Amino acid sequence: MISLANPTRFLGLVDKVLPWLSALVVILLGTGLYLSFFVAPPDYQQGETVRIMFIHVPAAWLAMFGYTVIAIAALGTLIWRHPLADVAAKTAAPIGATFTFVALVTGSLWGKPMWGTYWVWDARLTSMLVLFLLYLGLIALWQSIDELGRAGRAAAILALVGAINIPIIKFSVDWWNTLHQPASVFRTGGPTIDPALLTPLFVMAAGFTALFVLLHLMAMRAEILRRRVRALQQTQVERAALAEA
Amino acid sequence: MNAALALLARDVKLAWREGGAVGVALGFYLVVIVITPLGLGPDLNLLGRIAPGILWVGLLLAGLLSAGRIFDNDYEDGTLDVLAAGPLPLSVVAGVKCLAHWLATGIPLVLIAPLLALLLNLPMGSVPSLMLAMLAGTPAVSFLAGIGASLTLGLRRSGLLLALLVVPLYVPVLIFGVSAVTPYVTGPNSLWPPFLILCALSLASMVLAPLASAAAIRNALR
Repeated sequence: MISLANPTRFLGLVDKVLPWLSALVVILLGTGLYLSFFVAPPDYQQGETVRIMFIHVPAAWLAMFGYTVIAIAALGTLIWRHPLADVAAKTAAPIGATFTFVALVTGSLWGKPMWGTYWVWDARLTSMLVLFLLYLGLIALWQSIDELGRAGRAAAILALVGAINIPIIKFSVDWWNTLHQPASVFRTGGPTIDPALLTPLFVMAAGFTALFVLLHLMAMRAEILRRRVRALQQTQVERAALAEA
Repeated sequence: MNAALALLARDVKLAWREGGAVGVALGFYLVVIVITPLGLGPDLNLLGRIAPGILWVGLLLAGLLSAGRIFDNDYEDGTLDVLAAGPLPLSVVAGVKCLAHWLATGIPLVLIAPLLALLLNLPMGSVPSLMLAMLAGTPAVSFLAGIGASLTLGLRRSGLLLALLVVPLYVPVLIFGVSAVTPYVTGPNSLWPPFLILCALSLASMVLAPLASAAAIRNALR
């Protein structure tokens, strides 16, 4: 981690990793989509709509994974002042928000035939929606503060406050209303999903995770370069001002 | 201790004497309660059933609206710099200022809630539990708003941003606040579990929120 504090070294590493990672994403998502749409049997109750789950569940996992990345990066910003932690947190927010949005949209598309409505105020749906709002708040805070250092630290504080609050929000919303399918993959007593459906789900989850990492690394590279351009422009303006004076 | 009390007295006095700080919050609360029946129709049964929710939502919005003042004025005239350099730890300063917001704005909002409950046809029997739940929950409202206020210090459009940042954090307070009152409206149930959870939320935010606020203020003053 410390050797990566040098952005140039980090960029070099990213350039080396990206081609391999892209290939991995293509292979995993290709296999996963093939398995989901052509190999997996339709569910005995849900029929063909069960295939939405292969997109929905990994997206929901990554929605939470994205916030975890941001919270860890926030610790990196506030405690170790790692120069890349802020870049990592800032670029993870839109990606995580997008996965949250995908989970919400696919969930409501699944809900229409299953529950008869696109949206119900069920506990899990609501807590995902609140998570989406937390993402929006973080993104808005980053965009409202011009100075990069201050924006990064403020967002890190907000991210940690949110991280402490997420379990409380989850708990209170569960108390409030529950209709969603109970967790069926990670639970004591083993998964309740048939292996024929579980395999494509895990391949898709691995593919989505690799996609997240790929997008995140690319976004971090873009953000570092954007900051360099900004710094160069500033020195240029300062030099011009000095030359005039 | 003396310094903290002096700061508390100063903030409460400022909130009351500085034109309209408390009055605007109360007026805003009234306006929210008045426009809701206009939007929903005058059906008293319906209003009585959803009154706890409307009263809580109005309270949260009025608390949020007035929260920008917790740190903003002191930030603009430099008082916050003096306080940060003073003997009190900044987290204590932040906590005391949020406490002052609760005393000066939160409690008056709770006190006019029964009057507004009358407008919404809330059953009389549930007014005590409404006030009890609001008294237990409003400290969390003030202290969580303090986090948003300190993060948005000196920003343009800080009021809207403050609402976007803080409203998700209010979800638990709203849920337990309403469910402490709803049993009396919809049927027999116990007030205590949601009431105790509200107390826990308030106590936890009184301890933790000032730390976050202090970090955010230091970040803004840097």
